[in-house]
Amino acid sequence: MATCTLLEAIRDALHLELGADERVILLGEDIGREGGVFRVTEGLQACYGRARVMDAPIAESGIIGMAVGMAIAGLRPVPEIQFMGFLYPAFDQLINHVGRMRNRSRGRFTCPLVVRVPYGGGIHPPEHHSESTEAILVHTPGLQVVVPATPYDAKGLLLSAIRSPDPVIFLEPKRIYRAVRQEIPEEAYTVPIGEARLVQAGSDVTVIAWGSMMHTVLQAAESLDADGISAEILDLRTLSPMDVPAVIASVEKTGRAVVVHEAARTAGLGAEIVAQINEKALLSLEAPVERVSGFDTVFPLPQLEKYYLPTPEMIAAAVHRVLAF
Amino acid sequence: MFADRYDPLQNEMVSILTPDGCCDESLRPDLDDEQIRTMYRQMLTMRLYDRKAVSMQRQGRFGTYAQMEGQEACMVASTRPLEPRDWIVSSYRETGAMWMHGVPLKLLSLYWMGNEFGSHMPEGVNVLPVSIPVGSHPLHAVGLAYAGKYRQDGSVAVAYFGDGATSEGDVHEAMNMAGVYEAPCVFFCQNNQYAISVPVREQTAAPTIAQKALAYGFPGVRVDGNDIMAVHAVMQEAVERARRGGGPTLIEAHTYRLGAHTTADDPTKYRDDAEVESWRSRDPLLRVQTHLHARGAWSEDWEHELLEACTGEVERAMSDAEAVPQPPPQDMFRYMFAEPSAALREQEAGLLAALQAQQKG
Repeated sequence: MATCTLLEAIRDALHLELGADERVILLGEDIGREGGVFRVTEGLQACYGRARVMDAPIAESGIIGMAVGMAIAGLRPVPEIQFMGFLYPAFDQLINHVGRMRNRSRGRFTCPLVVRVPYGGGIHPPEHHSESTEAILVHTPGLQVVVPATPYDAKGLLLSAIRSPDPVIFLEPKRIYRAVRQEIPEEAYTVPIGEARLVQAGSDVTVIAWGSMMHTVLQAAESLDADGISAEILDLRTLSPMDVPAVIASVEKTGRAVVVHEAARTAGLGAEIVAQINEKALLSLEAPVERVSGFDTVFPLPQLEKYYLPTPEMIAAAVHRVLAF
Repeated sequence: MFADRYDPLQNEMVSILTPDGCCDESLRPDLDDEQIRTMYRQMLTMRLYDRKAVSMQRQGRFGTYAQMEGQEACMVASTRPLEPRDWIVSSYRETGAMWMHGVPLKLLSLYWMGNEFGSHMPEGVNVLPVSIPVGSHPLHAVGLAYAGKYRQDGSVAVAYFGDGATSEGDVHEAMNMAGVYEAPCVFFCQNNQYAISVPVREQTAAPTIAQKALAYGFPGVRVDGNDIMAVHAVMQEAVERARRGGGPTLIEAHTYRLGAHTTADDPTKYRDDAEVESWRSRDPLLRVQTHLHARGAWSEDWEHELLEACTGEVERAMSDAEAVPQPPPQDMFRYMFAEPSAALREQEAGLLAALQAQQKG
């Protein structure tokens, strides 16, 4: 067992899989010499060479499009897109090719690739560096979308993603890259895609979140606990395919739910979760499900950032509202 | 070496077999009359397939179909130098090239008839399904080529696209990355003069497409795309260069789409008959016929024999495709992932229940 950050857990997974499987190839902007702008891939090019840890021209569509060809040829490319705001040029490749290849060739060609993308706000960066547009990806047929919130899950989910026969968008909560440390096994292990994690069992209300927001929720849980409220906390971990049974089982138990995400509110993933609860657990509900989310605004520059992101206080207030309904 | 001798900046174009059937013997590739006769037969099959496809569409038996009449030399001669281990990645106007590289006509017909199994290529046939989003697929060829280079398996990947696609950002990214990684890749651009209705002079201010290669650091060659000998020779050189580690080549094949963009298009809106007629005189089939005739390797009897045999081959392929039963609705869900998700299983069950209820109703 070793103690490491979420960022180190990701690097550890990449290191192990590069060592274990010659088909694994990393490509992305500044991931080689520089080790990535966040240093996730630090040391990997020195270890595995330029043919396997490839510094790419600044061409996001090119990186993903090239990875499509590599994956079809039987390699396991793990492209990195530097920030989620720079993923958009690659959407044509993701939507028109990555998510469709298995289906349109009726299983003859597949795209087993993992797109690593640091996402989300809270680090006071320039414009276009704080996006959290997971709903667009979840809405895209043929893609799996994974978001770890702990070092243990980061390593286990990334190894599952690289070994998955289908494409995975691996969203990395950059705000907590170095914020949490956890003891994790040194050897390779996997965390299954598609399974939520019960973070904390409770009986009064279900709080559902993922990625960086998980830690804001945990801060809220401390104050709720002090108020004598027993919150059950679910970390979705995989957004597509979503572990709907875990959500429903919890809501059936507690009768109340709050969904938390930092993405824009309208047609955010919270809307889908509320719809699932309505379809499958309406009669268990004691109150309307609340959403705590970002706004339908452009993500602000650093001076206004603190007003955009959900806070522990906002989450606690939402929980109090659904309990008082 | 064509890439050294023909300067795209000077608008120079490789030409070996002229429209009157004369062959520049000094440049003639290693093709004997029997091989030329085979290529003629292949071009004729494509021509007949294309015409039959249009008529099938008019009868409601094919979906919207992208025509390739006039571009047969490009497809026959550019695929001939390839080996089975090589990949081709094409747009929607390369039915002939896909067939040449091993995709049965039946399968291609099935695709145009609207069945996804038409893109389920036979094992060992290294051809990707057609790419409809213009210009997005040459990147896949670069990835395939890089994989071949990484594994040192000697394979080459060929990207087929048109003049219109060269305006797409992804084509720039593909050529740039192929150059940077020295990928064993050939970019085969069929400049057929129009992207639906927009002529090539409004697509780019560059006098040639081939010259764009120079900016990416690899050779670009302009070739008469209606000349099987020239296309063959230039392609062979490019494939050999890629295979021996010399990196990518861009080939601009100067040709003309004699038919419409697709069966949904009306070309009289953007080009006049005189222009089309002038290109008819440069018909790639006619040129080979004239050449073979002059060498005593063509006769009217043989032509009739060929017509009958090729028509039979085309019609068999299409009727075989029509005989394939329509797929069940479950197929929509079955191939999304290796294992369908719970949501997909739920939606599939919902559709089946709704269909059953409709039948009862």
